Amino acid sequence: MIQKLYPYTKGYRPYMLLAILCSAGEAVLELLLPLTMSNIVDIGIAGGDRSYILTAGLKMAVMAAVAMLLGITAASAAARAGMGFGANLRLAVYEHVQNFSFSNIEHFSTASLITRLTNDVAAMQQTLMMGLRIFVRAPMMLLTALVLAATISLNLSRVFLVVIPLLAVVAAVILRKVGPMFTTMQQATDDLNLVVQENLTAIRVVKSFVRESEECAKFENRSTHLRKTAERSSGFVVSFMPLMIIIVYSTIIAVMWIGGHYVYDGMMGSGDLISFITYITEILMSLMMVSMILMMLSRSIACARRIIEVMEEVPEITNATADPALQVADGSIRFDHVFFKYHKGAEAWNLRDVSFHVTSGMTVGILGGTGSAKTTLVSLIPRLYEATEGQIFVGGHPVQDYTTEHLRDACAMVLQQNTLFSGTVADNLRWGNRNASDEELQDACRTACADEFITRMPQGYDTVIDQGGANISGGQKQRLCIARAILRKPKILILDDSTSAVDTSTDAKIRQSLRQVLPGTTKIIIAQRVASVMDADLILVMDDGVIAAMGTHDQLLSSCHIYREVYESQQEGVTIDA
Amino acid sequence: MHNHPHGHHGLQHDAKRPQNLRHTVGKLMRYITRYRLAFLPVILCLVISSAGSVGGSYLIKPIIDDYILPGDFPGLFKMLVFMAAVYVLSALASYVYARIMVHISQNTVAQLRQDLFAHLQKLPLRYYDTHPAGDLMSRFTNDIDTVSEMISNSFASVISCVLTFLGILGMMLYLNWMLTLISLVFLLLMLLAVKSIGGKSRTNFRRQQAALGSLNGYIEEMIEGQKVIKVFNHEQAAIDQFARLNTAYRDSATTAQTYASSMMPTMGNLSRINYAITCCVGGLLAIGGVFNIGALGAYLLYVKQVSQPITQLSQQVNVLLSAMAGAERIFAVMEETPERDDGKTVLVRVEKKEESLTETQRHTGHWAWKKPDGSLVELRGDVRFENVVFGYEAQKPVLHNVSLFAKPGQKIAFVGSTGAGKTTITNLINRFYDIQSGTITYDGISVQDIAKDSLRRSLGVVLQDTHLFTGTVADNIRYGKLDATDEEVRNAAKLANADTFIRHLPQGYDTVLTGDGDELSQGERQLLAIARAAVSDPPVLILDEATSSIDTRTEKLIEAGMDSLMEGRTVFVIAHRLSTVRNAQAILVLEQGEIMERGSHEQLLEEKGRYYHLYTGQAELK
Repeated sequence: MIQKLYPYTKGYRPYMLLAILCSAGEAVLELLLPLTMSNIVDIGIAGGDRSYILTAGLKMAVMAAVAMLLGITAASAAARAGMGFGANLRLAVYEHVQNFSFSNIEHFSTASLITRLTNDVAAMQQTLMMGLRIFVRAPMMLLTALVLAATISLNLSRVFLVVIPLLAVVAAVILRKVGPMFTTMQQATDDLNLVVQENLTAIRVVKSFVRESEECAKFENRSTHLRKTAERSSGFVVSFMPLMIIIVYSTIIAVMWIGGHYVYDGMMGSGDLISFITYITEILMSLMMVSMILMMLSRSIACARRIIEVMEEVPEITNATADPALQVADGSIRFDHVFFKYHKGAEAWNLRDVSFHVTSGMTVGILGGTGSAKTTLVSLIPRLYEATEGQIFVGGHPVQDYTTEHLRDACAMVLQQNTLFSGTVADNLRWGNRNASDEELQDACRTACADEFITRMPQGYDTVIDQGGANISGGQKQRLCIARAILRKPKILILDDSTSAVDTSTDAKIRQSLRQVLPGTTKIIIAQRVASVMDADLILVMDDGVIAAMGTHDQLLSSCHIYREVYESQQEGVTIDA
Repeated sequence: MHNHPHGHHGLQHDAKRPQNLRHTVGKLMRYITRYRLAFLPVILCLVISSAGSVGGSYLIKPIIDDYILPGDFPGLFKMLVFMAAVYVLSALASYVYARIMVHISQNTVAQLRQDLFAHLQKLPLRYYDTHPAGDLMSRFTNDIDTVSEMISNSFASVISCVLTFLGILGMMLYLNWMLTLISLVFLLLMLLAVKSIGGKSRTNFRRQQAALGSLNGYIEEMIEGQKVIKVFNHEQAAIDQFARLNTAYRDSATTAQTYASSMMPTMGNLSRINYAITCCVGGLLAIGGVFNIGALGAYLLYVKQVSQPITQLSQQVNVLLSAMAGAERIFAVMEETPERDDGKTVLVRVEKKEESLTETQRHTGHWAWKKPDGSLVELRGDVRFENVVFGYEAQKPVLHNVSLFAKPGQKIAFVGSTGAGKTTITNLINRFYDIQSGTITYDGISVQDIAKDSLRRSLGVVLQDTHLFTGTVADNIRYGKLDATDEEVRNAAKLANADTFIRHLPQGYDTVLTGDGDELSQGERQLLAIARAAVSDPPVLILDEATSSIDTRTEKLIEAGMDSLMEGRTVFVIAHRLSTVRNAQAILVLEQGEIMERGSHEQLLEEKGRYYHLYTGQAELK
């Protein structure tokens, strides 16, 4: 794990080293103080040597001042290394995600990718920053204190042989018990949050069905469960400190008793006894710190694992077989016995044996029921997914021959679930073409029938769109997305049910102007309404992953019963005589 | 809907300070004072534990001076037993108060979040319109957490710090006032350090949080739109912008963290310099005979201890401030005015004999409105709007002077472009919003006079966005009627043509849906929503784009079911597909909040108005 993460410390390794060295130095200096102190007591005071006391005191003060300097340097270096490592890691993960294909993204789900990029990376950078100081400091303290304690009195140091294993056992038992407790508590928290989230998003349903009191009861139930588990685990955790304190002080008492005899017998000075006690506190405190770190570390390991999982995901679609110079020559498309399934292990195919040919400039309509794989079919053209079997040709070459950049530049696709980004209307449109002039923007919007509502907006093209396009209606959003795609001047334009929220007459108008403005572009239109596709040069009727029929409107009306049914249902309307 | 991770939303608040401290503290105290009896043992234990830790260190003086140096070992033994007793007692006391505080904090916080949730249920939709779910969610997660942290830790910690600090200071004075003066100088220095480093670290922390906010916001937005990025080859631009925000965050975080983590070495080593000087001066004093070795040892222990309460207090200040800001946000929700519900007319079951109605508890299938004066009006489903004016914001009316009526059993359809006010009208019938002027009556009773629960129970709604809950398919259908039998559930599903696909699910009706029914298609979810409305069996039905995601073939399949669902009910239909609304008794064409046309399909076609144009928009391509 460390091996996999180490590369991201690049550029910050000197700071890491500096932090480690300074922390170690600070720890050693800190521990030398009690030793000097015991000399003051045993040599200075006992011998009445004032100048010795003054020099020793000054030495201590200087040591503490240097320790402060080292400590602050360590803090600053560790902060720089931790945050720098976090930034490197975050950028690397983000860049890697940019290479993901659609199926890679779906494998992780959007929400989980976001948590990994935000919370998990943040936890990692925090761990490195703290770790650089505490990880070095605690063992260093332990070691130095043990050595110094042993030099004061080897005999007395034997108490550690009893105490340290005891402390380790207690800490191990507690850590082992606490882990599962916190997992249960996390589960209870997740359950509770789920109720809140569902309730908030579905508040209209709750109110419509007058289910407020049942929702409260459900919430109370989960809340009580969380309260009980939280009380159990926190109640257990608070016993940790007192237990440790009892162990520490029992040791001190034992040392006083044994050490008291040594002092009386003249085997050690009383100053030595005091500094020995100080070391005991230091040693035991650092042991406690180590166990705290272990707790923190177990969480970081989970985070690291989740990040590495993303980094190790192999992008499914690459430019490995592409010719970087090859450009898409025209908008012809050919599917040659294409089979496709989303999950390799799945039994059923999502697309079965799909073959068809489209010449450049044609308008193609795709019709079919919910779940008949219309979107799947068109997603294969810009190679958003890779066909499982069979071959797809665009402009006469297999799609794998083009770099994804060239291929997708030539195929503009308006997704069903589309996204606008925060920024102005013009910013969003320029996603289609970064260098588009204002006139080009306006032309594209005219074609997509978006100009009429944009000009009515207070700031026109400079109107700011909220995240996710919250401040415009569904139909307006769809038209903006179409305009954005038109700006690419694509060879192939794919509209995946992109006018479902646009009224019928506007829909017809958009199709008409597309035909006029983009005569050479192959247009593929997925629609619910027969009216949207009936004037196409070729209509594909999809049913359960296969092409059930293809042909023109008139051909299909006479030959395809599914098409006829759909057509009639939309022409006749649903007859209800209530 | 996506499941947004809300974890980082709240972080952006952390640096905010509470606005109205006294008010918030007062509110919070009302929750905590329920446990005032438990505070007695807590305070007692706090005193014991602080006294123990302060007194324990003092014992080192008599132990060295009076027992070890003279060699009084039986006395030393007694003394050590006494010392052990002090420490055990103090450790026990600190366990007891911590344990009690855990109990108090968990119970307080559970009560607080339950009250928050219960209050949220009462708030009008208007509130939800203006407060994003993510923001409300973070009050349940981050804000509640900080409050819980504060109650369980800070409260006791602050008291214990103050007690310990005063105790130590007292003991220092008692041991030697001259050395105490030196220590006071250092304490002053430490306070200054806390103030300047703490202040700098707070300012920089705010900057860091702002940078983190924009970085995380960018991550969220871009990852959500990742597919669009791919389609538009926008990867490099997305990386460039990300790298800029990432670097900005790194720089501000480095500064903030440097200040924050400098606190410990600064305080610790100031305390060590103090220790060195104390050692030196104390040694000189000891030579002068003013001071003995045991006292010096004890004093030195105090010097090591005295800086801890100061460091801890400075950390607690941050916890307290952010907890107060969190509590303030929680109480802000709880102080929002609930939905107005002063209607007194309620829905009751009745027995119908010829023309007279009698109230009953039995399931008769008949319902009536019971007015405050006790008179009964049969529930029929007659809805009327008269000169209704409404706007989501008072200044911007969405509906202008709308009048319409629906007689019992009639199907009324609304057509018009997006934003014309169709959904708004249905939102007014179930009183999601209150109108500015005009009247809406239900069976002749103003909807404002009807208790909201009763009003909404009498209406069945299928909303534009389908939301499902985690639970089985059957549970979700039963959402409309809790006591529905399995058979009723099945019949409702059959009516909505959902039965077939449900039986194909792995566990049929017992299949557990999660994540808003993610595993179902949009169309299947709508079928479930229709079944949910069907099982509740209301006299008035509102279908807001209920079949928009169902393809026309399936729509035709559920046609018969929809027919029997609508039979005998007053139905309001909003639909995009004109084929869905053709057979309504009345079609209302809405444009910019006004009713432009009203009539049957044939009448409207004959009028050759707006409806004719909408309708032939589909036909003109023939």
